This record gives sequence, C-alpha cells and structure tokens, in this order.
Amino acid sequence: MSAHASHGDHHGTQGHDDHGHGGGHGHHNAEYPFLAHHFETPAQQFDSAKLGMWLFLVTEVLFFGALFVGYAVLRSRFPDVFKYASAYLDTTMGAINTGVLILSSLTMAMGVYCAQTGRKTALIVCLWLTMAGAAGFMVIKYFEYTHKFHVHLVWGEGFYKPVTDDGGLQRAELSSTAVVPLTPAQTTMSSGAVSAQQAATPSFVQLPAGELTAIAPPAQGPAGMAPEVIDAKAAEHAADPSTHGHEALHLQDASMPPNTHLFFAIYYAMTGLHGIHVLIGMGVIGWLIVRASRGDFGPKYYTPVDLVGLYWHIVDLVWIFLFPLFYLID
Amino acid sequence: MTTLPARPAAPTYDTPESDNYLIHDKGFLSWILTLDHKRIGVMYTVSVLLSFLVGGIFALLVRTELLTPGRTFIDADTFNHFFTLHGAVMVFLVIIPSIPAALGNFVLPIMLGAKDVAFPRLNLFSYHLWIAGAICTVVSLVMGSFDTGWTFYTPYSTTTSAGGVVPVIVGAFILGFSSIFTGMNFIVTIHKLRPPGMTWFRMPLFLWALYATALIQVLATPVLAITLALVAVERLANIGIFNPAMGGDPVLYQHFFWFYSHPAVYIMIVPAMGIISELIAVHSHRQIFGYRFIAFSSVAIAIFSFIVWGHHMFTSGQSPLMNTLFSAITYSVAIPSAVKIFNWICTLYKGSITLNTPMLYALAFIILFTIGGLTGLHLATLSTDVHLHDTYFVVAHFHYTMMGSALIAMVGGLHHWWPKITGRMYNDKLGMIACAIVFIGFNITFFTQFMLGSHGMPRRYYDYQPEFQTYHVISTIGSYIMAGGFVLTAMYLIQSLVSGKRAPANPWGGATLEWECTSPPPYYNFHEAPKVGEPYDFSNLQWDERGEGYVTVKPTEAKA
Amino acid sequence: MGHAHSNSGPAGHAGHAVQPLVGHLVAPWILFATGTALIILTMVTVAMRYVDLGEANLFIALAIAGVKATLVSLFFMHLRWDRPFNQLMFLGGIVFVVLMMAFCLMDTGQYRGAQFTGNPVDVQAVLDRDAPNAPIAAKKSPDLP
Repeated sequence: MSAHASHGDHHGTQGHDDHGHGGGHGHHNAEYPFLAHHFETPAQQFDSAKLGMWLFLVTEVLFFGALFVGYAVLRSRFPDVFKYASAYLDTTMGAINTGVLILSSLTMAMGVYCAQTGRKTALIVCLWLTMAGAAGFMVIKYFEYTHKFHVHLVWGEGFYKPVTDDGGLQRAELSSTAVVPLTPAQTTMSSGAVSAQQAATPSFVQLPAGELTAIAPPAQGPAGMAPEVIDAKAAEHAADPSTHGHEALHLQDASMPPNTHLFFAIYYAMTGLHGIHVLIGMGVIGWLIVRASRGDFGPKYYTPVDLVGLYWHIVDLVWIFLFPLFYLID
Repeated sequence: MTTLPARPAAPTYDTPESDNYLIHDKGFLSWILTLDHKRIGVMYTVSVLLSFLVGGIFALLVRTELLTPGRTFIDADTFNHFFTLHGAVMVFLVIIPSIPAALGNFVLPIMLGAKDVAFPRLNLFSYHLWIAGAICTVVSLVMGSFDTGWTFYTPYSTTTSAGGVVPVIVGAFILGFSSIFTGMNFIVTIHKLRPPGMTWFRMPLFLWALYATALIQVLATPVLAITLALVAVERLANIGIFNPAMGGDPVLYQHFFWFYSHPAVYIMIVPAMGIISELIAVHSHRQIFGYRFIAFSSVAIAIFSFIVWGHHMFTSGQSPLMNTLFSAITYSVAIPSAVKIFNWICTLYKGSITLNTPMLYALAFIILFTIGGLTGLHLATLSTDVHLHDTYFVVAHFHYTMMGSALIAMVGGLHHWWPKITGRMYNDKLGMIACAIVFIGFNITFFTQFMLGSHGMPRRYYDYQPEFQTYHVISTIGSYIMAGGFVLTAMYLIQSLVSGKRAPANPWGGATLEWECTSPPPYYNFHEAPKVGEPYDFSNLQWDERGEGYVTVKPTEAKA
Repeated sequence: MGHAHSNSGPAGHAGHAVQPLVGHLVAPWILFATGTALIILTMVTVAMRYVDLGEANLFIALAIAGVKATLVSLFFMHLRWDRPFNQLMFLGGIVFVVLMMAFCLMDTGQYRGAQFTGNPVDVQAVLDRDAPNAPIAAKKSPDLP
C-alpha cells in the first residue's frame, strides 16, 4: 500500500477501501469519506460488499456442507454407533452452548441496529457482549474437549487405548510411537465378570509426586457425564489425588458397537472446525470493537459491522444444526 | 479489411503515451503491492506461464521415461513423483488460474467498462495466496515430494511414505481460496459495477463465461478445501473417515473430491469457451451467431457440472444405480457444449475471416475440443468406460479438453490481448507457424494415446508391454515437437517486448470496450465513462491505414 | 449502478429518527422476539429427546433446527429484506449441499447390508495390542482373517 500512498492525487484520509486511483473519477468525497474510488455511490459500495459477503457465506455453507454430508453418510452406515456414542456427549453443556450462541447472535444483531442508528456506546456494549458469548462458548467447549481427551473419547486409534495415567491424549499419542510397558491389572466391571486391561503408570513417565495413585473405579456409566466433568475439573484444581484418575470407560462397555471411534472423528472434525470459526469470529469482533471505539461507524457507514454480523450468524446457524445432530440422538 | 497489410515498422504518428498502467508507478513494490487489476492480471500471467514451464518440463521427463519399457533414465518412484507433479502443477497452478485469474483479471473490468474489480484488496490477496500455494508446492518438493497423483485418492494419500503430501495439500487448500476469492470478486463486479448501458445481454460472451466460471469457483471449491483438510488431518491424526482400515469410506472421499473436481474441469473449459467466442467473432468480423444461446449455455454447463461428478467413479465401487444416473446426466452436458460449437461454426460461415494467430488458435480449439468432447461420450457410456477407465484413452481425452482446449484457448487469448496488455505487436507469421507446430505436435502426442488406451495401456504405469512401444515413441516425439512450438512462441513474444511494433488501440477490429482505450490501457482504464454499444456489432469499425488499427466511424461513413 | 436503495426501512419496522444511509433497519422488538423464539425452540428440541418416536425423532429435530435456521437468516441476517439475488445465492448454496447429500446417501444406501460388521482391521490390531481384554476386542470382523 505504501507504494500507492505516494503517488498522484491520493487523499490520505480516504476510507479503508480506497487505493488511490483518484484521477478523473476517484474524487475525494467529503460527504462520504469511506467511499472507494471505483464506486459511484455508497449504496453501490454497500450492495457490493454485501453481495460479496453473501457469496462468502455460500462458500461457508458448502465448506461445512461437505462435513454434513460426511456425517450423513457415516450415520447411515452406522446408525447404532451414533445412537450409542451420542450418550457420551453432555447434552446440558451442548444446550447451554446453544443458548449462549443464540444470545450472542442476538447481541450482534442489536449491535448492527445500534451502528445503523448511530448509538456508539450501545454498539460497543453489544460487541463486548457478543465477544463474551463467544468466549463463554469456547470455555464450555474447552471443558467438554479436555474431559473427553482425558478419558480417550477421541478420534482414531487413541479411542481404543486404555488410559494409563492422567496424561490423557498426550499419553495416547506417546504410546503409538514409543513402546510403553503395560502392566495388566484386573478390574471388576460393573457390567459383569469381564476384565479389562489397565496399565499402571510406566516408571519412565515423570509425574508430580502424589499423582502415582491407584486409578479410581468408574463412577458412572456412559450417559450423564456432566457431574463427573465438573468433578474432574474441580479435582484438577484441588489437586486431590483420590479423584484424579480417569478411565476409558467405553472400553469396558460390552454394549459398545464397532466403529464408535468414527462418531468422535466426525464430532471433532465438525465441532473443531466450528470452534475455529468461533475463534476467528472473536478476532474480527475484537477488530470491530477497536474501530467502533474510534467512532468509525454510524448511520452512513456501518458495513463492517453488518458483514461481521452476517458471519457471526452463520456460525450460530451451523451450531443450530450441530447441536441436535450430535447431542440429541435418543 | 480481410488481412492486416504488411507495413513498415515505423508508426506514422505517435500514440499519446503519457500515462499507462505499466509506467504509472515504478519499482518492485509498486507491482507486488498493487491494487490495479491489470497489474495483478499481468503478475498472474507471468506466474502461470512460469508454472506452465515447470509443469511442461515434468511432462517431457515423464514422456522421455516412457520411450522404452522398463527403466529409461529414472526409477519408478521418481516417475511417480514426476507425473504427480506434472498433474498437480498443471491443474492447480496453471489451468485453473490461467484464464480467470490471469487473463480474466486483466480483461474483465475493462471489458465491463469498470474502473476496477469490486474488491481490489481481495484481488491482490488472492494473488498472494496463489504465491503462498506455489511456495507450499516447493516446500513439498523439498520435504520429499508426493506420488499420489493430483487426485490425492485415499487411502493411498494418507498412507504413502512420500513426505511432501501434507505441504502440497496445504498448498492446494490455499490455492482453492485464491480461486474462491477471484470468483467472488468477479461475480460482484459483474453484478454491481456495470456502467450505464451495460446490460446483461450487452456483455461480451467472455464475461458471461467468466461469470459462470465464478459461480462454479464459489460453489465447488470450498468442498475441495474441506476435503483436503480432512485428508491432511487424516494423515496427521489418523481420524479414519476416509480410511477403510479404520472403518472409513474411501468412496466418500471420491464423492467429495469429484464434487469439486468435476466442476473444476469446467472452471478450466468454460472461460476457454468464452475466449473462443471473442476470438471467433472479432477475427471473422461478424456478429456472433446465437449470442443468447452461447451465454446461457455457459451457465447451463456450470449448473450441469455439479450433477455429473460420479462419472469419474464408475469403476471405483460406486453403486450401479448411481452409475446409471450419472452416466445419463453426463450425456446432457454434451448439449450446451455442442450448442457452442455450432454457434461458432455458424459465426465463421460467410464471415470475413482474418487468418492470424489468434484465429488459428481458435480454429485449433474447435477441432481439438470436438475430439476431446466426443471421446468424453465414450467415457460417459458405462459399458465402454469399464474397458477404458484408467487407460491412456482417458489421458488422451482429458488432455484434449484440458490442454488442447483450455490451454490452447489461453494461449490464443494471450495472443489476442497481447497488444492490449503489452502495447506491442508480435510477429504474426511466427505466431501462425508456432501455432501449427503446437497443433501438429499435440495431435501426434495425444491421438496416439487414444490408440494406446483402447489397446489397454493403463495410465500412470512406469513399465509396459513391448508391443506398446511404437505408440509411446510416437507420442514422445509429438511432445518434443509441441515443446518446440511453445519455445518458439516464448521467443517471439519476448522479442516483441523488446522490439515489437507499437500496438494501436484496436489492432483486430474488436467492438468490446477494451479496444476503446489505448494499448496499453491507462491507469484508470477509461478517462471518461465509455459509451456502451453492442459487443459484436462491427459495422462501425474501419481499418485505418495511418494508425494501423481499427477506428470507429459514424454509421453513415461506414456504409459509404 | 446508482441504485437508490429501495429497502431503507418501511415505517412499520422503524419509527426512528435516525435511518441508515443504506440497508435495512430491523426494529429491536423483532430481534428480541426472534431470540426468544430461538431459545424456546432450543428447549423444545432438548425436550423432544425424552420422547421416543423412533426414526421420527431425527426428522423432528432437523425440522426444528430448520425453523431456527430460517429465523436466524430471515431476521438476524436481514435476509427477509435483502436483495433477491442474495436470497437466491444463499438458498442455492443450501440446495447444492442437499444435492450432494442426496446423491451420496443414495450411493451409500445401495450398500446397506453389504458392509462388513465388526472392527476394521487397524482398530482390531490396536485392540489386540493395547486392550485385548476389552469387550470390543472380541467383535472381530467375520470378513477379516
């Protein structure tokens, strides 16, 4: 851009879309300083930006769409897997997250309204609320993910590896590359006299003192993991060794159908991609907050708020489908 | 005004050269950070042509290795890497961006009468993405290259020991977004930046073609992006969605891949058809025949392209019902394609044809595309496809459409707009000779491969039965001839930059808006808003001896 | 070119003094009503989980999600008042996804019953090595050696 700032009749105060074509056409517009040189009217510029954004949303729809197709194909191939594995997801957390996203969508839509009507402070408040919703969503998602990692409810081979210590997923990856000495331990199953292999912590893994404790017996079955999640988190913070252990409970479940790992593969793929979109959304909302504080937006010019709003709503929209498809099967 | 008369090189009067986009700013940064669509188009053109050189060298290496059965000069693994690199470079770095991003970027806003594309920054960004994608490909080469074929079929692509698979997938992902952003830009530009008088049905057919292409780019490419992302994740974390050994579904991968990649072949061919519509009309100085049919057939092809992808999967475990459906729908694509061919031939009929280099390329396109298109019908037929699938017949078919059609149109378009882009005329005689050499070399190379394929020579094989050798030798010789033609083309084009004659504003007698501004165009495209007329009404254009170009005259004068 | 934006807020939706230069102003009460409806529908869809209607559950859940998505796009995203081409593109994108899904499901559906049951080969190998006593390890695929 610097190369352009120097030449010709560039007006340094012009808006963000300007690139100094000035000349006979691109006049600095005192009334609409944001108007780029190759547009004739603010309406034309706004319509163009909006059409561009909608086209981008179409690409987003197809981007996620392919994953939805993958979901549909997997589900039609393994209906029992989806029925079974959905119970491992925490419906309460999913529902809370749905609510959080809907509310943040609402605050975003209100933000657009405030920008359109020139309410600067209200706009900034709305944007912060939206940001808070996004952050809340990610925090809840983080709790969901970390718990699942701990009990090896993951994609791929890690799903079938018994939990050997509190290292969670990291340990699973480690054991696929390094040879880990396993010590079988007999555990009585709640479902019957089936024994599952459990490995004690290998001696070469360094753990803080006090954590090399016996693994706690399974507290609950697959369904209704919510209380345990909270317990687990609380336990971690309290550093209470007696509740510290996690187990790959699903490995002890005789009713688990084959290929259950595929449910988690598509679950992480879809919610992970969605999570990345939420993070990107937080980034652009942050950028909006900076610009809004600078007073860039008003009834004449609010295009960025509108476009980010559209993006944020599509993120919400995708989640609206993800929620019932993953959390609400039976 | 049938042929350009041979004239001494000295221009009879000076063209006002006070300002054009080439000399408006100076320095490396003024190019690499430019927001001017013309410069971005030129940078794309140069980059694409360099990639074409790289991809072409790989092709020649592959052909040379195939001169003899068994080892000729490289081993089998290297061979696998080379044909994969040839395919990936040619598809992702050359053909897909060649017409829309390179020529389209330069021509579209000027043809439309706009000052720029709707989002100049996004336009530059998509060029930078292209560069990033190209760098990823180079990184992949350093990290051990890849031998998956350009299609990245799973589970091979997720299990091969070649180290460069993930970088090249990242590269293709990035190139996909480059393509998406170009497409978005073009759609918005055509919708929102048309000047007064430029109605939809006054748009040159190249713009219709670019519009249809942009629709495909926007709708299909995201699916490729997510598919490649899944392959990369599959490779890195073994999520198993496409891996049968993990319970996944490799056919699902192929559905995903071809949902993009079949439309992608129309990303390559539809804008090529648009160029041919321009070339045929301008160089036969005749109103295009069936304007609306050509315009709508572009959009029809774009839409059809989304519901025929399964014809790539007839033998890969797709169900019989789907095979039948996809086969039936595939035939229907022949209709809009044939509509175009008929219209071009009707335009030529009784036209006042100027037989110059662009026109020769256009004629070559019609012949090669007809062969490529009709052999597509052999492959769309289920029963014959089972025999021909994955043989050299397929290779020949798609080279006739991808190279013989899309690239030939690109080169033809480059010759057509070369005076406009560079402000220089090239040596037309050498141009026609080079075109003839390329045409002959191309047919020797690839027509032979139809025969190879129908005799059962599988594609991508390193070794073959001795009885195929004659065909392979002929094909390889053809590829050398073709390479010679392209080298000659490069030579006279570079020579024209150094010592070519100054180009007039309108050397061919085109009636579209880009011929109204000077060659090369001014920085702002038009000093004043252009008057939009009919794009294919040549009645007001007359050859002007003095300026060695065409000038617009008043209708009454023209008749006199 | 120079389209004066015709959609600048009919009086019914915004009786405000300040009007945006371009685009459509959607009154806050519409936004809040939409948000409320979305929350209620979320509750309904969660509640539906405890009503077993067999296969119908999936379709009811999808229908509710469809209604929610429509509400979001029509009101939050102002699509109700947007240009027809934008509406068309958005719908078109969804149509293409549905198209792709329909073809892929038709293809998969043809093979229902013909797929092997039990653990796939790599999974079985992991189980045999790391968790041979897990019940799932016994579910070997009959088609595999």
